[in-house]
Amino acid sequence: MEISAKGQSSAESKAAWRLAKLLLSPFTAVGRTAISWVNNSGASAIFLVLALKKTFWHKQLAKIVQQLYFIGASSTTIILLVGFFTGMVLGLQSYHALVKLGAQGAIGTLVALSLVRELGPVLTAIMITARAGSAITAEIGVQRISEQIDALDTMRIDPLRYLISPRIIAAIISFPLLTALFDLIGIIGGYTSAVVLLGANAGTYLHRVQSSLEMKDLTDGFVKAVVFAVIVVTVCCYQGYFAHMRQDSHGAKAVGLSTTSAVVLSSVLVLVADYIVTSLLI
Amino acid sequence: MDTPLIEFKNVTKRFGRRTVLEGVNLKIYEGEVTTIIGLSGGGKTVLLKHIIGLIKPDEGTILFRGKPLNGMSKSEVDASLAQMSYMFQDNALFDSMTVYENIALPLRERTTLTKAEIDRKVMARIEQTELTDSSRKFPSELSGGMQKRAALARALVIDPTIVLFDEPTSGQDPVRKNAILSMIAQYQRKFGFTAIVVSHEIPDVYFISNRILALYEHNIVFQGTPEELEEFDHPFKDEVIRSLEGLQKELTGLHSKRQFKVMYHGQMKRRSLKDTYCVAVFKLESLDNIIETLGHESAQEAIQSMGVYIDKHFGAIGGFSTRRSINEFVTVFPYSELDEAEDLLEDFVKDFQEHGIAEIWAEARERAAPGTCVDFIILAGLAQGQPIAEIETIIASAESKQKEIGRLRCAAGE
Repeated sequence: MEISAKGQSSAESKAAWRLAKLLLSPFTAVGRTAISWVNNSGASAIFLVLALKKTFWHKQLAKIVQQLYFIGASSTTIILLVGFFTGMVLGLQSYHALVKLGAQGAIGTLVALSLVRELGPVLTAIMITARAGSAITAEIGVQRISEQIDALDTMRIDPLRYLISPRIIAAIISFPLLTALFDLIGIIGGYTSAVVLLGANAGTYLHRVQSSLEMKDLTDGFVKAVVFAVIVVTVCCYQGYFAHMRQDSHGAKAVGLSTTSAVVLSSVLVLVADYIVTSLLI
Repeated sequence: MDTPLIEFKNVTKRFGRRTVLEGVNLKIYEGEVTTIIGLSGGGKTVLLKHIIGLIKPDEGTILFRGKPLNGMSKSEVDASLAQMSYMFQDNALFDSMTVYENIALPLRERTTLTKAEIDRKVMARIEQTELTDSSRKFPSELSGGMQKRAALARALVIDPTIVLFDEPTSGQDPVRKNAILSMIAQYQRKFGFTAIVVSHEIPDVYFISNRILALYEHNIVFQGTPEELEEFDHPFKDEVIRSLEGLQKELTGLHSKRQFKVMYHGQMKRRSLKDTYCVAVFKLESLDNIIETLGHESAQEAIQSMGVYIDKHFGAIGGFSTRRSINEFVTVFPYSELDEAEDLLEDFVKDFQEHGIAEIWAEARERAAPGTCVDFIILAGLAQGQPIAEIETIIASAESKQKEIGRLRCAAGE
């Protein structure tokens, strides 16, 4: 009788434990995710600092130039296309909105400020993330899972110096330049749609572009571009470099998931950072 | 004995709850080929990665030339590890670089050599590993064996004093396994480095290793010479050594040394003391010349073919054979007198020359440079014994009587 009572109480306590575990599971998941985020943020920051420390080395120049070509020069076409059509859409929308208020003269101001302050840096960062960032993650990820990074270690070649530093420097140089190109081509796009296609006044458009833009707008845009460059390249390199540490998958699948994570995370962080940097600079 | 080059003292490594190495003690000596054998997934690669510093032990000490690595300054550790090269199981060649660029990489990144000096060193290694025609190709354009050679060339280009080979023969057939191993042994003799080879599937492990270390159930259960391993009695032998013997049988069709001894004792027990038997010791002479001229694979094919022909000729009449060393075979004719054994040998040589070597040549012609020529020389010695005598004595007697019984000279370009 006593044994039966003991068995019953043990079964009850097990059931209570299971229930508690079930009820707590959402909080556990949130806690785990939060800890993982904090861990990864800290690790990414250390990763960035270590890679930056290894920048200054006489053999880095050739690798930086190579990465400048890949991240910067090779992204020119996509930046020109996206910039031009973004400008055209801005010109089109602002024309139809402002013409109702009789303020079509302000099209140039709207297009120029939108592009230089916000759209230029943000869209450039997102486009480079999609084109070069994903490729960086996939390339480094494959190098990791095929032991090429371990091979560098065994050859006493520092992988951070060899693979990561040149990409960070190339991104920091490329992002502002491509942003400038995006801004310029966007303004031309706005001119094409508002002036050439819809018949707004050319002189007014160009005058408003010139008069509304201040040096601060340009420097703020470039500050954002540099911040985004650091975020995008760090996230993409980090995700590839530690693709083998993923808990949810291994091998080629891990590289695929890391690439997805890198693109999504970079894009979200660019938008979050945009708000933070804007609120600090404004 | 000298101070070991590398010594593990009670090294333990765990990954989470899984223990991979537990209290491992081992010694590796300079200038030798040390082979670490063990079951697949038994922690051999983890052990090797501890040596090159890719993994740190959770407990225990690793000593390099008598000094603990964890007690050295960073520059001392770097200097110690810089003497080592590592050849990965899957080669780990950079697939976006050509063979030349892969081999040149450590020199370009680690040294201050000029472009011309780097080119000279890289081309020398490319020639030595017979990759001249493939130097501008990408790894994905090469065969498995060529990729191995490219990885070996990259490992050797910095003139290391220690080279670690992680499963260098994985995914190869028995002939290629031995060909790769023969290549490692040849380069080890040529360049004088210390070779540490990890494998669970080397048929020729006994013939090329100076020392063998056996990793079993997270620990080193044996370290010693191949001869000592033969006398070693442990459950490890049942699992690992038998599989190696299986590979050896797959290669030559002959019995392992152990099986040979068992058969010998079984046969002799049934004989009266007055009975006699014969022992023949065969040798494929100048193996190095064959390797030099036709390559490692052809040399292995020649050894394989010789084993197959020995088995074919003498197995049918009750003889049993084993491989004694890399190019030597022993056959016991339990019921033959000397005269009869000599006749059998003649038939064997004739058949092996007409068919065996001819087949090897047919294959080798495609690989060898036009006009190259090498002699296949077969030596054999016969001795007669009685059941009371020790087999080793009869073998030694047969070996001392070895003479040339066959020679085939042929030009690859013919």
